Amino acid sequence: MTTDVLIAGAGIVGAAIAAAFREEGGKCLVVEPHTVGGGATAAGMGHVVVMDDSPAQLALTEYSRRLWDALPVPPSVEREHRGTLWVAADAEEMAEVARKHALFPASEILDERALYEAEPELRPGLAGGLLVPGDSVVYAPTAASWLLRLTPVRYTAIESLTPDGALLADGTQVSAGLTILACGTGITRLLPELPIKPRKGHLAITDRYPGFLRHQLVELGYLKSAHGHSNESVAFNVQPRSTGQILIGSSRQYGDESPDIRPELLSRMLRRAVEYMPRLVDLQVIRTWTGFRAATPDSLPLIGPVRDRVWVAAGHEGLGITTSLGSAALLLDRLLGDTPAIPPEPYLPERFA
Amino acid sequence: MPSTLVIGGGPAGLAAAWAAVQTGDTVTLLDDNPALGGQIWRGEIPSRYRRFLDPRVTVRTGVQIHSAAQLPSADRIILATGTRERFLPFPGWTLPHVLGAGGLQAMVKSGLPIAGKRVVVAGSGPLLLAVAAYLRKRGAKVLLVAEQAPYARVAAFTRSLWRQPGKLLQAAQLGLGLRYRTDSWPLRAAPGSVTLQGHGVLPCDYLACGFGLVTNTELPELLGCKVESGAVITDSKQRTTVPHIYFAGAGSVDRSILEGQIAGFDLERARALYPARDAAVRFDRLLDETFQLRSELNTLATPETIICRCEDVPFSAVWQQRDWRSAKLQTRCGMGPCQGRICGPALEHLCGWPAASVRPPIFPTRLENLLDLRE
Amino acid sequence: MIAVLINGRRIDVEPGTTVAAAVMRLQAGFRRSVTGELRGPLCGMGICMECRVTLNGRPHERSCQLLCAPGMEISTDA
Repeated sequence: MTTDVLIAGAGIVGAAIAAAFREEGGKCLVVEPHTVGGGATAAGMGHVVVMDDSPAQLALTEYSRRLWDALPVPPSVEREHRGTLWVAADAEEMAEVARKHALFPASEILDERALYEAEPELRPGLAGGLLVPGDSVVYAPTAASWLLRLTPVRYTAIESLTPDGALLADGTQVSAGLTILACGTGITRLLPELPIKPRKGHLAITDRYPGFLRHQLVELGYLKSAHGHSNESVAFNVQPRSTGQILIGSSRQYGDESPDIRPELLSRMLRRAVEYMPRLVDLQVIRTWTGFRAATPDSLPLIGPVRDRVWVAAGHEGLGITTSLGSAALLLDRLLGDTPAIPPEPYLPERFA
Repeated sequence: MPSTLVIGGGPAGLAAAWAAVQTGDTVTLLDDNPALGGQIWRGEIPSRYRRFLDPRVTVRTGVQIHSAAQLPSADRIILATGTRERFLPFPGWTLPHVLGAGGLQAMVKSGLPIAGKRVVVAGSGPLLLAVAAYLRKRGAKVLLVAEQAPYARVAAFTRSLWRQPGKLLQAAQLGLGLRYRTDSWPLRAAPGSVTLQGHGVLPCDYLACGFGLVTNTELPELLGCKVESGAVITDSKQRTTVPHIYFAGAGSVDRSILEGQIAGFDLERARALYPARDAAVRFDRLLDETFQLRSELNTLATPETIICRCEDVPFSAVWQQRDWRSAKLQTRCGMGPCQGRICGPALEHLCGWPAASVRPPIFPTRLENLLDLRE
Repeated sequence: MIAVLINGRRIDVEPGTTVAAAVMRLQAGFRRSVTGELRGPLCGMGICMECRVTLNGRPHERSCQLLCAPGMEISTDA
């Protein structure tokens, strides 16, 4: 069979690319071995957040957030603009608040009292925080299926890449003008040379407690714990869902490729959350799960060509929901020869060649 | 002394704990209900089985097992996690006067007055008769027991009971004076009534429904035991596929007690019970065949009928999904606090979807209970 | 007899009565579903979660698995 663009992966990134390319009239085919939005897309929190680990990360997340805001998503996507509240535990973290404030337009510095007014369930004794009102949360699996609503999805795996496309696991030969691999950690099966490693995470979700939590809360120590490359870390990160449920994270681990829950790490993650929000202990946890982020050495995704007629969009680590739209836009601009809204160079895979 | 941990204090768990004590083991029994006896006895353990309450067994009730990491260590674990009812959605099944058959019985056993109330019992299987008889004894006006199985099959089954006179007596006692109708099932319920196939509208205070039993396989699965088509795989000694873990108690009380004893006893004493257990298993198979659910039951749910009661997901949202996982992710079906325990077995029947994988906590639990888990 | 409060109303029950049975003596509905339907217990054995109530200020407690104790305050949202 023949298609203009063959996309591997029906996660949020593949779906965003399919939607962007379709809009330009291209014929797309998405190949997915499991379920639409069923991998890291379903495992994550769906936080659309601006992050400033590096200037390139700031550029891509900010651009992507703008694209999310412009996207007319249906109610099933459960989008809510709660705003991120970065919580500072001490003076050192308040200095970080000041630094971020300068970078994030429309952000607001909260002192100790304003912090409690914003989130009364936080424990006393915290220093303050930074409110970033533009950040939002979406339910990513339905976002993926909505983005794919007009694109055919074939439920099978890519067996191998061929000179003019791909051989599918169901035996079909697909000839494609362009093949884009957007299959997260699964990408190294097809392109083992890419520096992408799975970084496991745990999450828990509670029953419905409307009003318990108002913003997406992240500890500023997150920077130290989560973006350090230590083997195992946890951080306080809780987010309200539109249902009133509360998502509780987060953990990061290298070197554990089993999807099983690690009870000790789950407990450590929950203890961290309770340190910030003591009354979480009374909430009913209804589910816990794990997922795998596709991590790169520099915490930036790989977006662009890797071979003749083979492009990739992978390695978004914990920011795949946010940066899916920006990634798709960069690839579309490249295809059309348009000038991209942000410089694409920091994300080109060739940086690791 | 070797130690045995028994999970579940119903007939199988009590028999297992008793048998394990006879072999000289130190035995601990955990159950998540307020009282021992499981769903079938609920604290009212028949006198002939009271011997199972051996004082040497350390019993802890009201203990909810949500994670494997929470189990005390033991040389041997006997899982006797029991069964639950299967519910099939039909219009009106979410109304407050519609309960499970075992569910209404449990409520009455735990303090709900039923005297003078009009009750219709409907669904399938021998449990319906047992429930109806119990409710009648407690003063309920049982208007009808509606059994979906066809008359010919039920009649053939009853004839086969001649070969097991004890069972026949039991069935006759249960059936005594009850209005029992085959080829009948609930088509829809409305506040204060039910419409039954072949019978029409019947006003009632309660509709008690159950469409057979489903084994609670969540904990066995979490511990790595192999589960196939809703059954925990065991060998003749009731061993699961995981060393040192046994499973007992799928099916009738007789069978559960035998399976529990076999799991708890040493090999020699267990072996003596194999023939009786095998006969009980054969009898259960006969029950399964007799009370097999007819395909018409798959057509009861309309597009608007709620399938997932936790998240209020209608059938129309679910049926277009490819599989269980898509249904969960795209419609929230099965994502609520019951974790798919009610809609899962229903969808297994309606859509042919096998049960999804299991993660801790297998029951919703206070976050505090998850703060100190170990590997 | 054990006295408990259900939505502010006092009810006396026999020892061994579950919270669910006590609530059912007074009313059929226990909770409002996520779309606002009135719901009551289904399974009676702690699995279906339809009998959840707020017990002594703590929401989402399964009333069929709890025995009434003196002074319990139970509220339903139905």
